[in-house]
Amino acid sequence: MTQETQIPAQDLPHDAALTHFAKSRRNQLIRAAVIFAGIALVPLAVRDTYLQNVMILTLLYAAVSQCWNILGGYCGQISLGHALYFGIGAYATSVLYVNYAVLPWFGMALGGVLSAAVALLVGKLTFRLKGHYFAIATIVIAEIGLLLVHNWDYVGGALGIQWPITGDSWATLQFARNKLPYFYFALVFLIVTWLITFKIEDSSWGYGWRAVKDNPEAAESLGIEVFRSKMAAAALSAFFTAVGGGFYAAFVAYIDPESVMSFRFSLLFALPAVLGGIGTLWGATLGAALLIPLTEITRSYLGGSGSGIDLIIYGGLIMLVSLMKPEGLLSLFQFRKGRPA
Amino acid sequence: MTAQALLQVLVSGLLMGLLYALIAAGLSLIFGLMDVVNFAHGEFLMLAMYATFGFVFATHLDPVIGIPLVAALLFIVGAFCYAAVVRYAMRAKANIGMVQIFSTFGLAIFLQGAAQYFLTPDYRSIQASWFGDKTLNLAGVFLPWPQILGGLVSVMAFGALYLLIARTDLGKALEATREDQGAVALVGIDKNRVFAIGWGLGAALVGLAGGVLAIFYYIHPQVGAAFGGIAYVTVALGGFGSVFGALVAGVIVGLVEAVTASILPPALKNIGIYALYLGVLFFRPSGLFGKL
Repeated sequence: MTQETQIPAQDLPHDAALTHFAKSRRNQLIRAAVIFAGIALVPLAVRDTYLQNVMILTLLYAAVSQCWNILGGYCGQISLGHALYFGIGAYATSVLYVNYAVLPWFGMALGGVLSAAVALLVGKLTFRLKGHYFAIATIVIAEIGLLLVHNWDYVGGALGIQWPITGDSWATLQFARNKLPYFYFALVFLIVTWLITFKIEDSSWGYGWRAVKDNPEAAESLGIEVFRSKMAAAALSAFFTAVGGGFYAAFVAYIDPESVMSFRFSLLFALPAVLGGIGTLWGATLGAALLIPLTEITRSYLGGSGSGIDLIIYGGLIMLVSLMKPEGLLSLFQFRKGRPA
Repeated sequence: MTAQALLQVLVSGLLMGLLYALIAAGLSLIFGLMDVVNFAHGEFLMLAMYATFGFVFATHLDPVIGIPLVAALLFIVGAFCYAAVVRYAMRAKANIGMVQIFSTFGLAIFLQGAAQYFLTPDYRSIQASWFGDKTLNLAGVFLPWPQILGGLVSVMAFGALYLLIARTDLGKALEATREDQGAVALVGIDKNRVFAIGWGLGAALVGLAGGVLAIFYYIHPQVGAAFGGIAYVTVALGGFGSVFGALVAGVIVGLVEAVTASILPPALKNIGIYALYLGVLFFRPSGLFGKL
């Protein structure tokens, strides 16, 4: 965008619009700094371990949903199989740490690379599919992944992988009693994914993705390589989703196929962005802030005996929000758009 | 594998496949009519199985007698879900595709929760019935009677569906609405009524399947998820919107599943279906009979 400031002086309205745009971008950054700083202070007031766990999960799902939003929201490809990428991250990190003593930091990065590679493979197969065909294909491919992991003894099969119990350490991301380090890791992760989305909003990739989302044929005729564009979104989205999976594995210190790769998670990664406001800067965070505490707390207090009330509330909420606020809950607030006017 | 064993595998696969086709038919019908994928389709199946169980529990009659009633009940459930949920999803002013997907997902989770709340998560089964646990011995090939019943019901249902679509005014209205939702209003067809009937029919078809399945399968709140998954693969394989593509695809899925199960350990029995699905995806992205 910066090179465009050399436009002739008589083109003032355009110039003014650009200045306005730069200003609104700066305001967004300031607002984000205030919001994230506010979140960072919350654990000082909330000491309860259970509530801290809920907050950690909320931040994590907000971040992963932010990643989903890159592909689903900005590029318009509704993936319902992101549990596959989350699972790859969780498994790569766990296998490398437990079997080869590779620190989870490297595990997360390697898991991310592996996951991005798998996403490219999946994309190769699925990106020519349209609409529902694409959504269902992603579900089935994630199910295949789940089935394979289930039957693969090297990664623990159905039993999964237990992380060894060690002392607290940032190197191994193990903290037995004090959960605060996880909170701040998850918060930083969310900030990173938010900043990436922020950057995307004003980058040629981001404009390309939104064009692909709104009208792939028109985008193609404008010279955007639709397929490559989708592949880039998928790889970026899958990389960070896997980082989230690796962090989750370190956090819970025990994973099995169902607990990281089941379809439930694919839905959980899509929903915050969808309910909060798809393809927006704050939708995923807002959606997660509502959805995750609600589902976690109803599950703990109402669903423990398998009564099903938690599911009734969860399902009812999804129906209500998607029917009544199809553009997302973010539209309830004024500061909705991160897009240029 | 002896010829007889092979025959056994193929015939069991065929019968199960006909049932899969019946489950998938309603999903495909609804999609063809209005471009909506009902992600609560498996839950309709679950409701039908519970309804059959409830019928036997209340009347002590045989479940077979209850099947038409269950189908009629599911017709009402389907039409109601259209009127209460999907109708509003179709009116969404933004993100319409997304709203359709997630509102029916919400419905699915809601129905699972309601089943758990009102009927408990316990596994149930219909203990004794005319067909349950009985097998037919055809020259050394053993066929369970419930599956034979399922195959028959499925073939009859597809026959009736064909007559309905090809020979009746309702069929013409369905076909016309599918072609052009706007134009039908000009000839006095109420689009909403046709859609509600379409949802009713789709649910009634899966109701028939649920009635049969209840005779020989465990009934629990999550039972729909597994069969629903197979139904989506079947529909994607046959081509969305092609009801008779679903018939062919269902049979193929049944056969592939039976063959896989006879070769690989039970834990991997779905791998054959998935591999087949990926293969079709690669060579025919819109399914065997899909237009798109």
